[in-house]
Amino acid sequence: MNFWVELLITILLLIGGVFVLIGSIGLSRLPDFYTRLHAPTKATTVGMGGILIASMLMMSVNQGYLSLHELLITLFLLITAPITAHMLAKTALHHENPALQRTRAQHLIASAREQQPPAPADHE
Amino acid sequence: MLNTAILIVSGMLCVALILNLWRLLHGPDLSDRILALDTMYINSIALILLYGMHMGTNLYFEAALLIAMLGFVSTVALCKYLLRGDIIE
Amino acid sequence: MKRFRWLPMPVHSVLLFVVWLLLNNTLAPGHLVLGAFLALAIPLLCAPLQTPQPIVHRPLLAIRYAFRVLGDIVVANIEVALLVMGPMRKLRPSFVAVPLDITSDLPLTVLASTVSLTPGTVSAELSDDQRWLYVHALHLTDEQALIETIKTRYEAPLKEIFAC
Repeated sequence: MNFWVELLITILLLIGGVFVLIGSIGLSRLPDFYTRLHAPTKATTVGMGGILIASMLMMSVNQGYLSLHELLITLFLLITAPITAHMLAKTALHHENPALQRTRAQHLIASAREQQPPAPADHE
Repeated sequence: MLNTAILIVSGMLCVALILNLWRLLHGPDLSDRILALDTMYINSIALILLYGMHMGTNLYFEAALLIAMLGFVSTVALCKYLLRGDIIE
Repeated sequence: MKRFRWLPMPVHSVLLFVVWLLLNNTLAPGHLVLGAFLALAIPLLCAPLQTPQPIVHRPLLAIRYAFRVLGDIVVANIEVALLVMGPMRKLRPSFVAVPLDITSDLPLTVLASTVSLTPGTVSAELSDDQRWLYVHALHLTDEQALIETIKTRYEAPLKEIFAC
């Protein structure tokens, strides 16, 4: 295999691995559920993208013809990640998960749970 | 070089899976556990693909795609169950 | 009775054909024929299930929008990664209510997904009358700036693309 292709695949793999790891570190480290939601949904999209593109490149070079089907998983994850995040946020709002003390604009939680327009703030 | 990189990234993914497992067991609320499960299936897709790259075969692609689809559907079904107390209304 | 149409959902047909070829990872003539047959037959069976959606009026702008979102995803990922690795005490999470101008389902779905994927925010809930989008931001310094970014950078192009 060409040295430069190998280097490119290695770099993509390492970027992907680092981002996936950071996503999981965020999942175990961040203080409350709403902040925890950010780490896996975001860090994972680039992480998985890097690993999948590396796999695509390697399979194409190894087999001698263009192998694009890893793109399907990338696109699928890209489309489904925000939907899972939205469903999980809805669930957390419904279950009245406590938000972090210093979260601002907490009066919005109640109106969001009832799916009503925002109520005016009592005090800012 | 490539084989070393694959091994290093596999190690990173294993650490990530252990962190997710900690959140799954410890998670104060049910939605935390679902989030941990969701992240775990995404990380396992990456692990399966890496194994496929290590063995130099294309056979594991279908398994990864199936895990992606079933994982998404099961996460949404679990959320729906927690939201409504019922999956089929 | 409505007039019979051979191609009730042209975009879906093309999508099915491409996905079939990608799944089999081939361009063999047999799969081309089978893919074309499936791309014609499945929309005919599924056409009665269709719900009316606004169509894309500006395809070129839609492609530009997709690339801009891809770029923003990378930037947002690096931002979130830095925040996650940084000290937790500095985080200033906040809820924000964003007023919406667009109304139909498809543009709203696209907007909510973009907001979830891009700049340090997750869309949490939509109000019943579809006029407010509740957003949770991981680290918020300026509420008005965030609302302004969402409205000008993402909502305005979507409004133009779907012409609604």
